[in-house]
Amino acid sequence: MKQTPLHTAHKNLNAKMGEFAGYDMPLYYDLGVLKEHEWVRENAGLFDVSHMGQVMIKGAGTRALLEKLTPSSFEKLGVNRTKYTVLTNDEGGIIDDLMVTKTGEDDFHLVINAGCKDKDIAWIKSHLGAEQEFTYFEDWALIALQGPKSEAVMRDVLGIDLSDVPYMGLWFKDYTMFVSRLGYTGEDGFEISVPNENAEELWNKLLSDDRVKPIGLAARDSLRLEMGYCLYGHDIDATTSPLEADLGWVMRKDVKENAPQPTRKRVGIVLTDKGVAREGSEVLNMDGQKIGALTSGGFSPTLKQSIGQAYVPIEYAFEGTELWVDVRGRRIPARIAKMPFVKPKTKGSV
Amino acid sequence: MTVKFSKDHEWIKLEGRDVAVVGITDYAQHALGDLVFIELPKVGATYNKGAHFAVVESVKTAAEVYTPVTGEVVAVNNVLENDFDLLKSDTEGWIAKFRITNTDELNGLMDEAAYKGYLKTVE
Repeated sequence: MKQTPLHTAHKNLNAKMGEFAGYDMPLYYDLGVLKEHEWVRENAGLFDVSHMGQVMIKGAGTRALLEKLTPSSFEKLGVNRTKYTVLTNDEGGIIDDLMVTKTGEDDFHLVINAGCKDKDIAWIKSHLGAEQEFTYFEDWALIALQGPKSEAVMRDVLGIDLSDVPYMGLWFKDYTMFVSRLGYTGEDGFEISVPNENAEELWNKLLSDDRVKPIGLAARDSLRLEMGYCLYGHDIDATTSPLEADLGWVMRKDVKENAPQPTRKRVGIVLTDKGVAREGSEVLNMDGQKIGALTSGGFSPTLKQSIGQAYVPIEYAFEGTELWVDVRGRRIPARIAKMPFVKPKTKGSV
Repeated sequence: MTVKFSKDHEWIKLEGRDVAVVGITDYAQHALGDLVFIELPKVGATYNKGAHFAVVESVKTAAEVYTPVTGEVVAVNNVLENDFDLLKSDTEGWIAKFRITNTDELNGLMDEAAYKGYLKTVE
């Protein structure tokens, strides 16, 4: 199994480790999943997300290339600003979802999913023109600090004042540290990119603050689920289009207008009775006919009820539709709910 | 009657002649983490040895609870539905009571010393 540069640090913290996308990753630490989740919502949590891929494309025509590889427009995106989008294949299916940061007119940094790295890199390279240069930052780590106290921790521990950096904005220093104000939790927070050799020192420095606790992948998943964010390979994949995935907002007008109208849509589902429904649980209409299955699901520590995502035919895909979710042969009443399930508190949203 | 243990981390204790009380061990609870839901059996349901009769769910996973003996459910600890911490109690943390048909089934289970030894092999 592959390891991140923080592998030893996780072991030292007594993390419960498990495989994710070919990496031996921390699933949870001493606090446990539930308390880690709550800690991020109230304080600041530290995540090792170094398994994700960091790549750069630059050179004349890069913006045009990205507008071919994704359904988005990067024309109006400001320099040192980030946009969430998807890579799509020739059939319009989603190859991966990613963060794209514009660092110059034809200079872009991408953060791609660990499990998609190889295919994304091959896909991008196969579309490169003679004028574009591609770099994979294989020896750079990525550390996320998420939670309402993140900005104060960055200031007090690292001496970095990020108060003027907007949501989806980038701050960097001497090309040895790149800090983006974004994340996968719905909280204010940052993703910090540093060379591998600096990762452990940064990790330990941030952890030395009482407001910061290490958070594993299990809580990362329950946090993102409360926000209704997609997990690639579960909620989106090559068989789903951006419109089906309810990601029409990342599409530019011309792409959207030419895309086929979806017959199913990704929706949020909440159980209205006790129980926990997880990925794979069947979604039934009130007549008991199967209309879909959960692509993710679990207990929301914030709402204290089971939440999930599923693709359902568009005639059901509106808020309030009543359904059943089958959990081990038991039908639990459920309804379609608006996502995010929990109000985001990213910078500027509160 | 002493407490016996299964390889699936249930504990079982005979109460009287033919009623057995079943719960899950500290090890199982620790491995699961904070519980968020428990699915209990119905009184009157019968289960064969090794069948799952309850489900405990934590944020990270759902785990089936198996009965170490064959029997009919005669009592269910409904208090657990609203108080998962109760599971930790040695006296009140039981999940269900079974009227068992074959007390010999208990002989195949581990005593406390054997279970402690077993835990060392699974860790």
